[in-house]
Amino acid sequence: MRDTIIRVITDACRVKSDIVLLTGDLGFGVLQSFKERFPKQFVNVGIAEQNMTGLAAGLALEGKTVLTYSIGNFNTLRCLEQIRNDICYHQLHVVIVSVGSGVSYGPLGFSHHATEDISIMRSIPNLTVLSPGCLWEAEQAAIAALGAPGSYYLRVDKSSAGHTALPDEQFCLGRARLLREGADCTLVATGGILGAVLAAQTTLLKEHIACRVISVPTVKPLDSQVLVDAARETRGIITVEEHTIVGGLGGAVAEVLMEQRAMPDFFRRIGLQDTFATVVGSQEYLREYYQMSENHIIQEVRRCVAGC
Amino acid sequence: MYRSHMSSEEFARNVRVSVLRMTNKGQSSHIGSCFSACDILAVLYSKVMHVDPANPRAPERDRFILSKGHAGAVVYASLAECGFFDPAMLMQHYQNGSIMSGHVSHKGIPGVELSTGSLGHGLSVGAGMALRAKLDDLPYRVFVVLGDGECDEGSVWEAALFAPHHHLDNLVAIVDCNNLQGLDTTSETLNLEPLAAKWRSFGWDVAEIDGHNHQSIEEALQTKSDQGKPRCLIAHTVKGKGVSFMENQVVWHYRWPRDNEVALAIAELMGRDHARHDN
Repeated sequence: MRDTIIRVITDACRVKSDIVLLTGDLGFGVLQSFKERFPKQFVNVGIAEQNMTGLAAGLALEGKTVLTYSIGNFNTLRCLEQIRNDICYHQLHVVIVSVGSGVSYGPLGFSHHATEDISIMRSIPNLTVLSPGCLWEAEQAAIAALGAPGSYYLRVDKSSAGHTALPDEQFCLGRARLLREGADCTLVATGGILGAVLAAQTTLLKEHIACRVISVPTVKPLDSQVLVDAARETRGIITVEEHTIVGGLGGAVAEVLMEQRAMPDFFRRIGLQDTFATVVGSQEYLREYYQMSENHIIQEVRRCVAGC
Repeated sequence: MYRSHMSSEEFARNVRVSVLRMTNKGQSSHIGSCFSACDILAVLYSKVMHVDPANPRAPERDRFILSKGHAGAVVYASLAECGFFDPAMLMQHYQNGSIMSGHVSHKGIPGVELSTGSLGHGLSVGAGMALRAKLDDLPYRVFVVLGDGECDEGSVWEAALFAPHHHLDNLVAIVDCNNLQGLDTTSETLNLEPLAAKWRSFGWDVAEIDGHNHQSIEEALQTKSDQGKPRCLIAHTVKGKGVSFMENQVVWHYRWPRDNEVALAIAELMGRDHARHDN
């Protein structure tokens, strides 16, 4: 997913000279060719994310389209106030690209887990929150963010669901994607964990449990209609995110459904249950350990469908 | 380009009077901070910066950022004094439903480049603006006024490292050193000294000036930095400068002037000005 986004940025720079990519000293082996190709459009600002974000605001105030590149929480939580005050209050064209969402960098430890960012970033006015689940969504989200003025947070997962584009599908910012039809349950996913959700759907179908699958590459603004329809047309909703359940995708979906009076028979949030991931492990291992793997999704659907 | 028809001293006196009236009507804080920075802004706006009140977004204009955003009233009053907007608008400061907040906001106010208020943001944004001028070979300069207490913020020093590394000699940081911060003196709170040596060691072209002497301020601001370095002016100032009962008092970081205090203050400002002319 990361390489896809770098490719999109590179392609964009070929035709637009007003794009500037700032990195907080990360991207070893990833950004070298970009730097060589566009030396006037690349600055490694050093390990100083507050300054990087302020610089981005200054450049964008002067008409540049700016990307800030880092990993984990470094260009989000570390410099949250610069994002809020300098970028979003001023409604600047800046794309915050953070690689390694969720527990992508599992074994590196809790400092490198981005597991509260969706909740926090979606609370900031004027900020579009993009969390692609597959390579196509990542590509299209990056194209959209570079192509239209506005402030964006682009959350980049190590895992992905491969390519899920439907024939002739057009990507739309703010639109969720209906990937599978079903009436027994709706699985709503954001990020690379979409792959586990699609695999679970396939397994469950063999048991004659038909799950609708909705991918949410834009967490904010959230596509409320497709969620309300799902709550009314299927028996229940289960949200899946590699992220805390507090205020993330699950929280956002619950807000929409309550306000629209679209009450499903059951509603569950799969994700980190208000905890840090303290155990060491790969992304796959930690998903299993913290009960957000394909197996856990399957079990949760079985329980919910049997219970009502 | 705007050039004031009045002296910078006269400009500063008018701004101080405006700030007194604004903080009195708004019952708002930070008059002491406004008065310590007032002479710096007066010289910048009336003598140094290339700005055009008739065309506030002119691409070639110099950029000004008040990083110590709590002194917002002094920016609004200076802009009104230049003619960016009707001075009558100043009386909306701090009023319910208005756009003129205590900390400086750009929304709807011509001439404000950046909304600030949380300390430690302005120098990075200013460096971004200066970097853009370097990337595209544009002639404008960027002036950022910081507080000395603000230099407690780590982000200031991230920007202080960045600007010399990238040879941003079109960037000028002016540190308004009034030696007072939220609760106490800067030396009692968190010692900054030797402040000039710190900026110098980071690679800035540093000068120390009397931040109330208009001639010194103007000379220092007109001097272009040497060797491709960004310029830092350590401006020694007095919090509450110009009104004797406000000078060097932490309480005037918070207190708003009552009607009788406004009258006394204006009398003192006018008297001092007249006395100088008499000499």
